[in-house]
Amino acid sequence: MLSGNKRMIKESKLKSDNALVRANVLAGDYYIKVVKQGQIFRILDLEGNQAADTLFYNADNPSERYSAIDTIREQGNLYLTAGSKLFSNEGNEMLEIVADTCGRHDTIGGACATESNTVRYALEKKCMHACRDSWMLAVAENEEYGLTKRDITHNINFFMNVPVTNEGGLTFEDGISAPGKYVELKAAMDTIVLISNCPQLNNPCNGYNPTPIEILIWEK
Amino acid sequence: MSKTVLYEDEIPGGTHWSMLMRKGTTLRLVDNQGGANVGMLFYNPLNYLERYNAPDTLKCQHTFKLTRGHCLYSDMGRIFCSIVEDTLGWHDTVGGNTTKKIVKIKWGERNYQEYRNDWYLNGYDSFLVELAKYGMNERDMAANLNLFSKVSADDDGNLLFDQTNSKNGAAITLRFEMDTQVILHTCPHPMNPAKDYPKVPIVYQISEAESLAENDYCRNLCDENQRGFKNTELYNIGCGC
Repeated sequence: MLSGNKRMIKESKLKSDNALVRANVLAGDYYIKVVKQGQIFRILDLEGNQAADTLFYNADNPSERYSAIDTIREQGNLYLTAGSKLFSNEGNEMLEIVADTCGRHDTIGGACATESNTVRYALEKKCMHACRDSWMLAVAENEEYGLTKRDITHNINFFMNVPVTNEGGLTFEDGISAPGKYVELKAAMDTIVLISNCPQLNNPCNGYNPTPIEILIWEK
Repeated sequence: MSKTVLYEDEIPGGTHWSMLMRKGTTLRLVDNQGGANVGMLFYNPLNYLERYNAPDTLKCQHTFKLTRGHCLYSDMGRIFCSIVEDTLGWHDTVGGNTTKKIVKIKWGERNYQEYRNDWYLNGYDSFLVELAKYGMNERDMAANLNLFSKVSADDDGNLLFDQTNSKNGAAITLRFEMDTQVILHTCPHPMNPAKDYPKVPIVYQISEAESLAENDYCRNLCDENQRGFKNTELYNIGCGC
């Protein structure tokens, strides 16, 4: 059984210099790319306390996608860390977290949207930038993937800390990430990776200060 | 809380159904036998892209469990329905669905040919059948509710299914704040450890809701719900996006 509080830290042996792809993603921007089966990709929290809102799709059949509910039920635990296998809505393993220096990632809290921002913070905040707008632009600008709003589902928030209590409470807490922390995933199938580097200014998910992340991909 | 029952019927265990609930009506679900599970999803009938959003529902109300006072949100910052009555105290929205594979592993297979309507259906396929009636498919499926079921988490995040959550006579009432396409099944919760496939029927009652009071418990549960009601009110008068 995984342990959320103990936070399993597992470092990677991969060297940045050998990476096939290195891309910086500014806060408020999106990243979309197919990661091939067997390739390993890393999301690096450059300045710390950043949330990377991430969705995955089977590149050959995008109606098969990452499923938060199937993933947490199959591992019997709410939090994601090294060793977590990420399952699709069709019950297949899509990716595995193979290294993690943060130790705990959320997949309950979902992404921010302009509309949910009105509920969470204030009706007047409806035009502030949000993750879902980044995803909407991503699907509009990358029609070759065949994705639309229908496909924008329940995501992973890498580096985000959303503890749940035994009594059924849920809070968004200050991040447990720090500059240089990273998470690494190995693809079990050709996978579309869609990331919104979270622009949220209203809660501590990114320390009220959204910052860049770096994506690194290694050949299998 | 709600007026005269306009319609009442029973949905057998291990089956599925769907219905359009109008704003200002209530849907009361009763587990007369105990041990029920009702998988449920909501869609806006005018735009199926607007759908129940479990993460927003949980984070807007800082809760992991769902009970009286909680509102069930769409991804557009609006409230499909509010839980105005609940005798249980905990309903799940993270456990997901049984699939053909899960049912086979846990309880074996029962095909229609041999067992007729005593066959074993699963929650995932049940949703697919109901969604297809409205032109939707697996791309439209969101994290669902599992009413009457309790899944809690310990400090380390380990999940625990409570087999004793729903006792006979348990009931929950949903008050619809906007027109809502309801998709539901009565297949067992995927974490239910029961030895035999649990087939528990659900009685449902539809009534007209009382008009919304200023001191309404759901609307005033938290500031977030007041804003959620405001968004829904704007939508209902024709000013929502």
